Amino acid sequence: MVLIDTSSASVSTRRLTTAKAMVEGISQEMERDPSVFVLGEDVGAYGGIFSSTTGLLEKFGPHRVMDTPISETAFMGLATGAAVEGMRPIVELMFVDFFGVCMDQIYNHMAKIHYESGGNVKVPLVLMTAVGGGYSDGAQHSQCLWGIFAHMPGLKVVVPSNPYDAKGLMISAIRDDNPVVYMFHKGVMGLPWMAKNPRSLGPVPEKPYEVPIGKASVVRTGKDMTIVTLSLSVHHALDAADDLAQHGIDCEVIDLRSLVPLDREAVLESVSKTGRLLVVDEDYQSFGLSGELAAVVAETDPRLLKAPVSRLAIPDVPIPYSRTLEYAVLPTMERIVSAAKRVMA
Amino acid sequence: MDNVTRLGLYKTMVLSRSFEEAILRDYHADKKPVWDIGAGLIPGEMHLSAGQEPVAAGVCAHLTANDAVTATHRPHHFAIAHGMDLKLLAAEIFGRETGVGKGRGGHMHLFDPSIHFSCSGIIAEGYPPALGQAFAFQRQGKDSVAVAVTGEGAVNQGAFHESLNLAALWKLPVVFVVEDNDWAISVSRDASTSVRSNAIRATSYGIRGTRIQDNSVEGVWDAAKTAIERARAGEGPSLIEVHTVRLWGHFEGDAQAYRNDLDTLIDPIPAYANQLESDGILTPELAKSIAEDAKARVDDAFEYAKSSPFPSAREVGKYVFA
Ligand SMILES: Cc1ncc(C[n+]2csc(CCOP(=O)(O)OP(=O)(O)O)c2C)c(N)n1
Ligand SMILES: [Mg+2]
Repeated sequence: MVLIDTSSASVSTRRLTTAKAMVEGISQEMERDPSVFVLGEDVGAYGGIFSSTTGLLEKFGPHRVMDTPISETAFMGLATGAAVEGMRPIVELMFVDFFGVCMDQIYNHMAKIHYESGGNVKVPLVLMTAVGGGYSDGAQHSQCLWGIFAHMPGLKVVVPSNPYDAKGLMISAIRDDNPVVYMFHKGVMGLPWMAKNPRSLGPVPEKPYEVPIGKASVVRTGKDMTIVTLSLSVHHALDAADDLAQHGIDCEVIDLRSLVPLDREAVLESVSKTGRLLVVDEDYQSFGLSGELAAVVAETDPRLLKAPVSRLAIPDVPIPYSRTLEYAVLPTMERIVSAAKRVMA
Repeated sequence: MDNVTRLGLYKTMVLSRSFEEAILRDYHADKKPVWDIGAGLIPGEMHLSAGQEPVAAGVCAHLTANDAVTATHRPHHFAIAHGMDLKLLAAEIFGRETGVGKGRGGHMHLFDPSIHFSCSGIIAEGYPPALGQAFAFQRQGKDSVAVAVTGEGAVNQGAFHESLNLAALWKLPVVFVVEDNDWAISVSRDASTSVRSNAIRATSYGIRGTRIQDNSVEGVWDAAKTAIERARAGEGPSLIEVHTVRLWGHFEGDAQAYRNDLDTLIDPIPAYANQLESDGILTPELAKSIAEDAKARVDDAFEYAKSSPFPSAREVGKYVFA
């Protein structure tokens, strides 16, 4: 699919969509390292359903950019096997929701081989996958599910929210010697056919660079409350923080960027300062990220908190199709504002 | 084949097409000026089945409401041919409380227990549940059958192969249907499957396999008749692959730049109308009245859907558990 045209300007001011930034990261690594290749469904001529591989086939040819049959178990396992033999596959799972048909290859093989081999075998690959809802794609095409991947020992998990991080995290993920699950929200890609946040277009340096895996980023500083979030919700949280500022509530917003490893220090440091924690998560609430972050604070020192931890996540229902229902469960800006006001009350 | 049956097949196909033309109109109508997949009266992905009506019409002509169908992400033609109430179908697609899934499911997730109908947005995942429905029918002493549908892209999924083997092993009353429309999104059949015909694969699992090369509704009807009669008689599963055609995009909004076959496509509905006319069964007047009748039913269903209420946000948690 065609992306917004951003081809202009000099290095520092050059602006790309998240999708283009991702592709640039992949492309530069493919130029640098001949062992990197891309495989998945519709990653060739189509350029990825969410434009995660646009132009790669034209540039690198069908030998390095391969459309697969709809056989996720086979090609996910193939990526693992190729990685074991020293290649660096980037394998796309079109929607994260499809992990069900190939999870054994992911969690029993890709994730565990390094450990089971006593560190003798490495699995350096990137599993990239689209996540998230908000456009009425129903219960099987709208989930985030990062909590499930982060739960499995052996997988690193990164979740960029903007073009700069998308490129840097992609490069870090490709160079990492572990399997890295790279989860991109459809709503941050800057796709011309989907409602988008203005921040899905942003400055991206032309030269290759890394964004360290495991480092969160404070995207807004504030003193009253810490909002910890990731992916598309970062943008809703920033918009909410602008609104809350007008009501005298000064929010700090943390973009986790990585779930594994989790930057506990960044969260604790901020909560030590603000004394209040609101976790905003587009994944299901129970047994997931929001509970994990509450535990991080509780295990360290519950006295850091002036108010109970608050969570805004999908309230344990499948993502509904109808817009009225879907928007009742998504962490929208309005719901973040209300949740934040309750924390302060 | 008698004239009533032939006209019946034609009417089913026309009704299905009429429904999807109406969807097409409303789906795109309010996504302007900037086309946004999540906007409008009908948001979300939309996979239409235009061109594939012969498969659904030919198979479902042999089914009753007591038989099961598990369809795909492209389910409308099977839902309609199997007799889903158009109002409930339309209302679901419009996300209304009166829809067949009360607005919770959407166009890829239609469940109608009154006709044992279901579908899935996950490739090939309708095959295993069809086995279970067939198993239940068998245990319950019924002569009902289960029809499981996939596209030609889905046949390289483990669920397809596991299901063929288990159905053959347990001699379940299942009819597997493969809609070969040459494309799985942008990936062609030849770029994804190592053998020319899935009938061969069926044979290798000990299942009767037939491939229909020409998208002919009567060819499908014939093959389905044999397969369904055999299943009802306890003679086990069959597989029917139909070389059909995807007239429109994979989903609405698909620019189809990858596609090189667009000017070779044959629309099976006018083709069948011509055949029926030259056989003296259909006249232009009758064709017109069939089209008008279909349109009236569709208009009615859409009217019902659009005037129905949206689900209440307060009830979002309803139906997670029984
Ligand atoms: C397990 C799984 N993998 C991938 C997809 C994404 N997907 C949806 S439809 C489709 C192509 C299906 O092709 P085919 O089976 O030929 O059916 P058609 O769309 O042609 O009717 C793909 C890859 C999916 N829904 N489920
Ligand atoms: Mg197909």
